[in-house]
Amino acid sequence: MFKPRRGINLLFWCGASLVTLFPIYWMFVISAKSRAELFGRPSFILDSIYWQNYIETLNNPTFQKYMFNSIVVATSNSFLVTTLALMATYALSRFPLVGKENIFFWTITNRMAPPAVFLLPLFLLYTQAFSIGEWRLYDTRLGLILLYCVFNLPFAIWILRNIIDGIPKELDEAALVDGASLWQVMTRIILPLARPGLAVTAILTWVFAWNEYLFAATLTSVDARTITTGLAEFVTVTGTNWGLMAATAMLTLLPALIFLGLVQKHIVAGLTFGAVKG
Amino acid sequence: MNSQKTGWLLLAPTLVILFIFGVVPFLYVLVTSFVHWNAFAADPTPHFAGVDNYRQLVFDDQFIFSIWQTARFAFFVVLSELVLGYMLARLMLSDFPFKGLFRTIHALPLMVAPIAVGATWRLLTVPGLGPLPYFLDTFFGYDYRIGSFADQAFFTTVVMDIWHWTPLVTLTLLAALSSLPKEPFEQAQIDGASRFQIFWYVTLPFLRPAILATVFIRMMDALRTVDEIWMLTGGGPAATTRYIGLYIWRVVFPKTDYGYGAAVSLVTLFLTIVLCWLLYVGLVARRGQKSVN
Repeated sequence: MFKPRRGINLLFWCGASLVTLFPIYWMFVISAKSRAELFGRPSFILDSIYWQNYIETLNNPTFQKYMFNSIVVATSNSFLVTTLALMATYALSRFPLVGKENIFFWTITNRMAPPAVFLLPLFLLYTQAFSIGEWRLYDTRLGLILLYCVFNLPFAIWILRNIIDGIPKELDEAALVDGASLWQVMTRIILPLARPGLAVTAILTWVFAWNEYLFAATLTSVDARTITTGLAEFVTVTGTNWGLMAATAMLTLLPALIFLGLVQKHIVAGLTFGAVKG
Repeated sequence: MNSQKTGWLLLAPTLVILFIFGVVPFLYVLVTSFVHWNAFAADPTPHFAGVDNYRQLVFDDQFIFSIWQTARFAFFVVLSELVLGYMLARLMLSDFPFKGLFRTIHALPLMVAPIAVGATWRLLTVPGLGPLPYFLDTFFGYDYRIGSFADQAFFTTVVMDIWHWTPLVTLTLLAALSSLPKEPFEQAQIDGASRFQIFWYVTLPFLRPAILATVFIRMMDALRTVDEIWMLTGGGPAATTRYIGLYIWRVVFPKTDYGYGAAVSLVTLFLTIVLCWLLYVGLVARRGQKSVN
């Protein structure tokens, strides 16, 4: 049976999707055109795809280094955060710790702070205080990996808390009575049961770390620059080559596109800090 | 097994990292805000300054203007996203073909790096290249140059933020709408309430916690927006879109005025916390009221 409201709704969402997709499609169009074709009357249809911008970007050693840094930072941070958050939430969920609700609340508030406020102290600490001899935390991947814990750990703890609380206590108590060690309980019982939640946490923290710009731009200079800072450099440093910039931007948002389908339902719970379950 | 000890050991790495990278910087910025310290001044060493930095800040027109522009930005953005997001959530509530696909497409901007969002919008608005200036000029004879006109730049940043974050509001309100109980609505219809009355007296009170939570989160995010704006306008033209995050960056890096930058950072944090607290009190007070009724 045909219902007119369904049809109108469908049409409306087609339009809305066009609005959502158009800016990204336009960026793709720019990235797939040669310099000579760019200016003049904008045309939205690509006759042929000009791959040169992508080839040039991917062969650029600077870009390769930035991409490598981004992958290392996001992956290490995501792994570190998920592991530490699992340990922390297990402790908060199963042990009768004094003041644990206050500790939980305090960890969460770490994410609320505006990052710009911490630019100055972190810059000074990284360049001056956090150093051993000649070595400084400034401009290292390690510096970014550790720093990103400040916004990713609270998020991961928040998401995992519900999941660990949802695993019946009796399971690990029984195992402990049977003589299993804490390590065995974690790897044999908690890890398999919490796997879906852990996967979502790992993916979302990975994306947040990948997307971060402000700290990456101010706490690195040469060696540890990430892809987001590379993208910004197109505007500030070079005389803007729009085609190359669009190609870089497309490569920057690629992981988001790939992961979107996997975690789509959890994005809302993630971004609203669990205030609303998606 | 000493369970207290094991528990604290499991928690320790998290607490240590959050302390070193969360609490230490805070204490450091607090101390720095009481010194004169400019790395490239004639005398680059810090000197105790008392409350000089804070005194300077109260009379700093640029700082006040930046706060004002940030507040305006947050107001326009949160209000439009709330209204638009609610309407979209209502439309998403009913059933139609390919709903899952449309929902995924709608959620797409949420995952995109803010810096890439800025890049996309720059490509849309660059004169000579972007379709926006071209079509506005061809069809409406409207001169659209966000590099020159303050209002255009301001509202372009607002529209960009709406594109980026409305899906969050849509999806949160959709979750809230789908969990509404049916009975009160049926009862209201039986009693002959109009559509507006049902919205005002039934839907809205039920949605209030979700709406307040969304406003709270969007407000916090809007106040600290930096990346997209930096990429789209760089804070210009003049200082129109130099929102507070960009302002802090400017004082700290190109000007290397550390003492003053620290004071600005702290006051920003303070204002954010006050706003946060006001919204939180609003949220809790409303809930308290409801439980009395």
